[in-house]
Amino acid sequence: MDSVSLIGMVSVIVSGLTIAIGSVGPAFGEAMALSRALTSIAQQPDESGTISRTLFIGLAMIESTAIYCFVVAIILIFVNPFWSQVAG
Amino acid sequence: MNVDVNLTPDSIVFWQWGFVKLNATIVFTWAVMLILVIVSILITRNLSTGQRISRWQNMLETIVSAIRKQIADMTQQKPDQYIAFLGTLFLFISVSNLLAVVPYFESPAGSLSTTAALAACVFFAVPIFGILKQGLPGYLKQYIEPSPLMLPFNIIGEFSRTLALAVRLFGNVMSGSLIIGVLLALAPLFVPVILQVLELLIGQIQAYIFAALATIYIASATRARQQKEEKIRQRGES
Repeated sequence: MDSVSLIGMVSVIVSGLTIAIGSVGPAFGEAMALSRALTSIAQQPDESGTISRTLFIGLAMIESTAIYCFVVAIILIFVNPFWSQVAG
Repeated sequence: MNVDVNLTPDSIVFWQWGFVKLNATIVFTWAVMLILVIVSILITRNLSTGQRISRWQNMLETIVSAIRKQIADMTQQKPDQYIAFLGTLFLFISVSNLLAVVPYFESPAGSLSTTAALAACVFFAVPIFGILKQGLPGYLKQYIEPSPLMLPFNIIGEFSRTLALAVRLFGNVMSGSLIIGVLLALAPLFVPVILQVLELLIGQIQAYIFAALATIYIASATRARQQKEEKIRQRGES
């Protein structure tokens, strides 16, 4: 197997793994944060504005790890630096 | 099946002279800026304080007062000093994501250059507001709190949160247009429309989150001293 097809194969497999593993962790984290926020809104409906604002910001923070994984996967597929080195 | 992938609007070049390129990012950024400025000028040219106000003035008042309320809630300070910067950030990202429904318009937030520039603005605005509010020693003192051991981590945090701001907005907007591009090749009839609606919602949420995070960073750089003063005042009263 020549190096071009090897790089292509490894890039595709690894980008799939990146997005798969990298989305599981943030999904669990966001689910936990959301369930806690729902519980606290149910307990204190008056504070729902503050809670949901903090929830949004926290979700964005958690989600950014998934976004990093997504960007890495996109780089591996579309603008792979090793690929362009070999293919010229 | 041929998926025509345009990762960023940077790659669409309208005009080129030597190394000077006029790509879609710059053109659409200018377009959004022009829209914002011209609409604001047209609306604020004849404002009225009477009983009857025009519907455009009503819209603008709603937006501005909502932004003011959010900033006041988050910073616990008067919003007037921050609304020029934070409101502009929010309105720019929000309008550029809203205009994504216009054909041939690519949101400038889908380019890493734009989001990196916006994040750099936040990166420099935080110390400027902090120094204006607390003075240089008071601002620098934050870096060695709670103990001088935390100095490197505070400095790393300053850079990593700027990177996170840029990549978060870029990733969200870019992933939206990419998914729509892939779906156009797979199921081109109705499915992309639904995803586009979802993408509008995500664009607004990301605009809100970008502005909210910038507000929180600025608030944390300006608030420390105020809290101490309040504590001392409360102790004096009790």
